Amino acid sequence: MFFGTKAFAGSFMPIQGSTFAASVDSLYKFLVYASLISCALVIGGMIFFAIKYRRKTNDDKTAYITHNSTLEFIWSFVPFVIFMIVFGWSWYVYLQIRVVPKGAFEINVVGQKWNWDFIYKSGRKSSGEMYAPAGEPIKLILSSRDVIHSFYIPAFRNKQDAVPGMYTQMWFNAPKPGSYQVFCTEYCGEGHSSMLAKIHVLPKDKFEEWLRNDPYKGMNLVQVGLKLFDSRCTACHSVSEENKVGPGFKGLFGKKRDFADGTSLLADENYIRESMMMPAKKVVKGFSNVMTSFQGQLSEQEVLGVIEYIKSLQ
Amino acid sequence: MTSTSTQADEINYLNHQKGIWSWLTTLDHKRIGILYMITVLTFFLIGGIFAMLLRVELFATGKNIMSAAQYNQVMTFHGAIMVFMVIIPGIPAFLGNFILPLHIGAKDVAFPKLNLLSWYCLVVGAVIAVSSLLYGGVDTGWTFYTPYSIHTNNGTTFVVIGAFVMGFSSILTGLNFIVTVHKLRAPGMTFWRMPLFVWALYSTAVIQILATPILAITLLLIAAERILGVGIFDPALGGDPILFQHFFWFYSHPAVYIMILPAMGIVTELITTFSRKVIFGYKAIALSSVGIAAVSFFVWGHHLFVSGQSELAGIIFSFITMLVGVPTAIKVFNWTATMYKGSIQFSSPMLFALGFLFLFTIGGVTGIILATIAVDVRFHDTYFVVAHFHYVMVGGTLMAIMGGIYYWLPKIFGRMYSEFWARITWVLIFIGFNVAFFPQFVLGAMGMPRRYYDYLPQYASLNRISSVGSWTIGLGFFIALGVIIYAITKGKKAPANPWGGKTLEWTIASPPPHENFLIEPIITAGPYEYR
Repeated sequence: MFFGTKAFAGSFMPIQGSTFAASVDSLYKFLVYASLISCALVIGGMIFFAIKYRRKTNDDKTAYITHNSTLEFIWSFVPFVIFMIVFGWSWYVYLQIRVVPKGAFEINVVGQKWNWDFIYKSGRKSSGEMYAPAGEPIKLILSSRDVIHSFYIPAFRNKQDAVPGMYTQMWFNAPKPGSYQVFCTEYCGEGHSSMLAKIHVLPKDKFEEWLRNDPYKGMNLVQVGLKLFDSRCTACHSVSEENKVGPGFKGLFGKKRDFADGTSLLADENYIRESMMMPAKKVVKGFSNVMTSFQGQLSEQEVLGVIEYIKSLQ
Repeated sequence: MTSTSTQADEINYLNHQKGIWSWLTTLDHKRIGILYMITVLTFFLIGGIFAMLLRVELFATGKNIMSAAQYNQVMTFHGAIMVFMVIIPGIPAFLGNFILPLHIGAKDVAFPKLNLLSWYCLVVGAVIAVSSLLYGGVDTGWTFYTPYSIHTNNGTTFVVIGAFVMGFSSILTGLNFIVTVHKLRAPGMTFWRMPLFVWALYSTAVIQILATPILAITLLLIAAERILGVGIFDPALGGDPILFQHFFWFYSHPAVYIMILPAMGIVTELITTFSRKVIFGYKAIALSSVGIAAVSFFVWGHHLFVSGQSELAGIIFSFITMLVGVPTAIKVFNWTATMYKGSIQFSSPMLFALGFLFLFTIGGVTGIILATIAVDVRFHDTYFVVAHFHYVMVGGTLMAIMGGIYYWLPKIFGRMYSEFWARITWVLIFIGFNVAFFPQFVLGAMGMPRRYYDYLPQYASLNRISSVGSWTIGLGFFIALGVIIYAITKGKKAPANPWGGKTLEWTIASPPPHENFLIEPIITAGPYEYR
């Protein structure tokens, strides 16, 4: 059985990326072994009895055993004790997962259909890729701009819903630099399975350097737009003519757009800007009104960058 | 005895009245049971086809046969149909309706007209729910989480109202069963002499009438929010989305026991009959049904472990959830102990009961793993959960329904089925099930989230195996449908008691006469007197 081997933890489970991952895994392993033993007892007993006491003749007589109080007490009490051990152990581990150490480095995480934004106290923002210093407690303050999302990092063994209208929190301390996968685990519509992100854990000096950087240093507007597009738009829009959740953008600028309400328009700068800020106003025919507004999230440089980038897709 | 049974061979509940109208207006619990059977099996076929389509889409990464939007709709319909139209009415309203009055020696249920009304509620609710397809369908998942369900397409309103109406079917059936058990037991049929299937249905009925109204209110609030714009759950209107989850799971967690308790009841009957042995720990099994029903009302918060509810609430709900494990474990041990020194016959109903025991045990222990809050934080909303509840709902409830259908089919239709083909269906369903769902535990441990239209390449091979397994189950159920239809139309005539059962339904002809018992039975002993 592959559960029994030492490779169990290493082979298919995500690596232990946070300080408490090993505690969670120990508890989990205990549960798996306890489960295997219970299953072996019950299923083994069942198979053993089924074979040993199979019907031999059509008028077999059977023992008339109605109950056995001692036996029944034991098999009620023993599971109860095991459950309570598991419960107490789990409580202890749960507190490790949930209690945020004082002085943790705070990062705001904002979910929106269908990408994750990260806002740092320094004013630096990133999207789809979060950066964090290694070996330090990091507190994530989660919120959502539209529906409920959930921020799940398998390697950290941690997860928390991002709920519109309230802040929730989670924390981790990743000792090793590296890149860790993030999934959205609360169903949020068409782009749910593409609402992915990466957490890049950097050595502290590298992280501080990243934090100070102007992300758009030395870039022209099209490059700014491309960078932004890659992290925030690709879950729903392609740069070819292929349609995903939303329309593809190749050759969009200057082309006639037909809308669901029957009107049409030549796509110009005003149209692109309006579609980012008030996406519900003009929905392209054949698509549903699912985009969340980018109002108030982008700097003027970024808005112009996206417009210029779309214009360049001819 | 022989003269009455030959007489009953000629006139029974199936042929004492004729024509479709006699069926649509029938007040006979047995005929209503068959109406439910047709409805439930039809929806099972549709929900099953949706499941196959999902697995085709998930066979490989990227787009295979449908878009993400279509996938979400198929996923929602699969879940909603299987929950509201198959598993919830499956055992109580179909097999329970037919068997419960026979088990307690009654002519019918207490309120035959309500019984018929409850079937119409299910059908009307189902029609309303399906009509959502004309309004853009529904893509919320069967859980209708707000605020997503407030803003998505208009079909949602129809499914929500449909589920509301179907809820009344469940409430009325529960009410009917409670009154029937209290008022219509045959002389001498004390509570401690009732078959354990009746105890299970009784416990289920209590949950049905106490919990379902909460769902009804919650669904109405969603409809009100969508249609009238009243802010209840949507933060954009000043509502609280977590409140919805509390309301929803306050019903839907007990509903899980609406789905599994009757299945446990069937398995109890099957194991005792096919072991030809008195049940071990009758009172423990009966009271554990009641215990599970009672505790089930206080565990809903384990669905909210990562939702943002307080840590203290999470810890308390984790504790209470573990407690449900105790009566559940008691049942499993009692079933196993019943086989000790029995005379075990491997007829297909018993194979399904053993399959149940095998799969439900795995479903049960993984339930404890998920109740462990520190571990659930990581497994929540991953394929580990999907695997767990399919082990309980399919490995548990559907295995029990199949066992129950094969067990009572000779009684219901007076015909025998092909034992050979019934065993083939068991092999396909049992093996297919494990191939389909065991890999999903591993996928969950690897971190794959549920309700994903597409997945990362590292999850591809296990998804492929799972898909092949799902089609094997599908083939098994498809053949089973053939076995059932062939038995009903062309099967050999069944004797009154083909399995040597001791409960009351086996004392009357197959199929039973219109009013069940030609002579009112008088009960002098327990239900499983194999001496």
